[in-house]
Amino acid sequence: MSELINPAKLTKKDFETDQDVRWCPGCGDYSILANVQKMMPELGIARENIVWVSGIGCSSRFPYYMNTYGFHTIHGRAPAVALGVKIANPSLSVWLATGDGDGLSIGGNHLMHCLRRNLDIKVLMFNNRIYGLTKGQYSPTSELGKVTKSTPSGSVDQPVDPASFALGVNASFVARSIDTEAQHLGEVLRRAAAHVGTAFTEIYQNCNVFNDGAFDAFTDKAVRAERQVRVEHGKPLVFGANNDKGLRLNPKTLGLEVVKVGEGGVTLDDVLVHDETNPMFGQLLARMPFPEFPVAVGVLHATLRPTYDGTLRAQQKAARDKLGQGDLAKLLRGGSTWTI
Amino acid sequence: MVMNPVSPSLSTPETSRSSVIRGAVVRFAGDSGDGMQVTGDQFTAAAALARNDLATFPDFPAEIRAPAGTTYGVSGFQIHFSSQDVFTPGDAPDVLVAMNPAALKTNLKDLKKGGLLILNNGTFNATNLKKAGYEVSPLENNSLDGYTVLSIDITKHTVASVKDTGLSNKEAHRCKNFWTLGLMFWIYSRPLEPTLKWIDSKFGKRPDIAAANVAALKAGHAYGETAEVFQQRYEVPAAPVAKGEYRNIGGNTATALGLIAASQQCGLPLVLGAYPITPASDILHELSKYKHFGVTTIQAEDEIAAVCAALGASYAGNLGVTSTSGPGMALKMEGIGLALSVELPLVIVDIQRGGPSTGLPTKTEQADLLQAVYGRNSEGPVCVIAASTPGNCFTMAIEAVRLATKYMTPVILLTDGYLANGAEPWRIPDVSELPKFEVKFRTDPTNFQPFERDPQTLGRNWAIPGTPGLMHRVGGLEKDYDSGHISYSPENHERMVKVRAAKIAGIANDIPPLGIEVGEDSGKLLVLGWGSTYGSIREAVQRCRDRGLSVSHAHLRYLNPFPANLGELMQRFERVLVPELNLGQLVKMIRSTYLVPAESLPKVQGHPFLIAELEDKIRQILES
Repeated sequence: MSELINPAKLTKKDFETDQDVRWCPGCGDYSILANVQKMMPELGIARENIVWVSGIGCSSRFPYYMNTYGFHTIHGRAPAVALGVKIANPSLSVWLATGDGDGLSIGGNHLMHCLRRNLDIKVLMFNNRIYGLTKGQYSPTSELGKVTKSTPSGSVDQPVDPASFALGVNASFVARSIDTEAQHLGEVLRRAAAHVGTAFTEIYQNCNVFNDGAFDAFTDKAVRAERQVRVEHGKPLVFGANNDKGLRLNPKTLGLEVVKVGEGGVTLDDVLVHDETNPMFGQLLARMPFPEFPVAVGVLHATLRPTYDGTLRAQQKAARDKLGQGDLAKLLRGGSTWTI
Repeated sequence: MVMNPVSPSLSTPETSRSSVIRGAVVRFAGDSGDGMQVTGDQFTAAAALARNDLATFPDFPAEIRAPAGTTYGVSGFQIHFSSQDVFTPGDAPDVLVAMNPAALKTNLKDLKKGGLLILNNGTFNATNLKKAGYEVSPLENNSLDGYTVLSIDITKHTVASVKDTGLSNKEAHRCKNFWTLGLMFWIYSRPLEPTLKWIDSKFGKRPDIAAANVAALKAGHAYGETAEVFQQRYEVPAAPVAKGEYRNIGGNTATALGLIAASQQCGLPLVLGAYPITPASDILHELSKYKHFGVTTIQAEDEIAAVCAALGASYAGNLGVTSTSGPGMALKMEGIGLALSVELPLVIVDIQRGGPSTGLPTKTEQADLLQAVYGRNSEGPVCVIAASTPGNCFTMAIEAVRLATKYMTPVILLTDGYLANGAEPWRIPDVSELPKFEVKFRTDPTNFQPFERDPQTLGRNWAIPGTPGLMHRVGGLEKDYDSGHISYSPENHERMVKVRAAKIAGIANDIPPLGIEVGEDSGKLLVLGWGSTYGSIREAVQRCRDRGLSVSHAHLRYLNPFPANLGELMQRFERVLVPELNLGQLVKMIRSTYLVPAESLPKVQGHPFLIAELEDKIRQILES
């Protein structure tokens, strides 16, 4: 079915399948797929050791288009299936493709537990703020008042912010990027791939059929410099076409405020320097209200803590070290026995 | 072979202090906090060590500590032990131990006339009597006439026996069950040593409590010896069973051990995904002890995650198992549907309990049969099998794994609360006797098609991640017959639906034909059972045969598919009776599959069949 290739010599093409890609023309998913296929060879992992797991929804068709192992599961449950895959074979590189409906509505529970457990898998959440595959109902990330087929008077649901949610359940890696920003997306994906633990990446993805232009207010070329802050560990949180705006902590409100360097005595030293290891930074950046604040993209938070699968393996090794390899005959004779 | 439970002749004075009896049925009943399950377990262990055959029936409320003294807080444990074969925990107890008025109130109706009633009169105060609904103390009217009553202030004796151990009054009271156990050990001539050892291992970290329990146990035993209130004590000789090494085993333990044995026999590491649920949690507890057998247990966030994690493990080449009970089964169904659609091995153990909804968590029922066989959306055939006794759970767990891996299919193993918590002596199999079955992963990339099937089993290729050259995608969308690519073709869909059905149906050729448990292979009446009703049916059929009735017993352990000879076997009987602990689910399947006018004997009270209920029905059919 597919030829063997030295992982060091893999190219983008080796990760493409012979299946027709069935997303709508112009969908942001194409760009995400292309960026992932471009990034994957850089990992140096043989294709047979990579597994893509997904749930249901447009984003969850992703595995069919990756020439790796793939499992298109059921709605919302991909994190639970991925848990079993990773436990069964921890040497696999396990990737999960999900969406805002799959991951935060029907599958919010599983995603929460995956993140808090810190299972060593990579989660890409394609957030288009709409249900695409069911033809346009509002999603848990849709803005309040969203008018859709199912909410002709506007939705009454308060949206959830995926990155803030992930930080709230103690995710060890939380990043954001944008479907159309190939270079930035590539960099974020590389960081996610290198992370040991659950790497959660939210990708703003345009659904040109049911929610076209949902992110234009901060992704459009004309405004993005002013409306995005690209965070980098150890660098000041500045943005703007002239890099003259910054984020400062207001100690009285424990919140951020936008300042202009050079105005009112503000200097670059007043601007916060991003510390991705401190989850407070991540949470403040994730929850900035738009458009009063820019949208933070990049690695909001990254820290190392023990993984679920690693701890499990350690327990198993400890049990074997202490008790030796299990002896079935002895096990069956456990407890009190008598012979007749 | 089969015995009638024999009551000790309590009213007959004997010259000997100890007389040999065939067996007895004893029920311990008390408050949820009175330690009746521990008492029952220890009494069972003693019977097992004396090599009696036995069957047990723990019966307790769903609440952990229901308000003390209430009738709904009563916890019971019944054991039937004998020097003959035992098939059920017995219908009516010969001996009832009632630790408080509520226990007496709820259990006295079951005690055999003339039976021995041991009660703790120290708890028969106004408050407890009122809570139990007694207007007048049953000790003070003649309502207990007709029983052999032994009224003892067990509370007072217990407190006195532990006064030197420095326990608080409350802690001292909690030793009552060991005092009572000591007395029962004396009555049935059991040695104290095994329980003394158990106390030491259980309470080693609290030496004061261990010492108090020991003191209470010994004091109860000494009371029997010295109080001279008993006309006799009893001995139950060893049962003449097949040679071998035995242990006492409960259904959930047997299921867990069977799964480990199967995992070892086929060389696949076992991954259990489970969410705590009564009465299945003990499988999770048990398996979590065996990491050194390569067993991984995941306490998942919910039932759905549990089945999905197990399926993920199977996808990656391990043995995925999930265990649950009725409400959890309902939640798992979409996951099971995915498993049958992607055709991966998966074992689902459903320890059935009373329903619908939350129902009766601690009570037994067989009403998940239709859910197991038909519960998926669309055409979703899976293999369904059922265990018949606690020990048989071991065998059927191995069988579930054998079929799941050979046919690349989910297999549902049905047990129930009665099997899960009940226990029986079990001949420990030699590892060399266990079925060994090979599991082969596809590794050859030449002409690889993910859904290429074995022509015999129709099971598909199992190609696991990590295998070079076999990268492929699977999912819940309909698949092209060979390549597994997404296919919406109408003809292909029908072909796939049919091949999935044919695969499950074909399992009928790979399972033992249905045999006759008791009786001839033709006659007037066939009693056809399944699952945990085995013991009651077997005993009832034997009793009716002893009366000269033409009745036989066959017992299904395979529910989907049925054994290939089932239809032909039923043809050889004039009538077929199907007793089951539901409103007639197997009988519905039998009638629709074979167009035979099988008759139903349903029971849905959260309790197993009494032998007498079955006997009455059989006699009604054959003697009318």
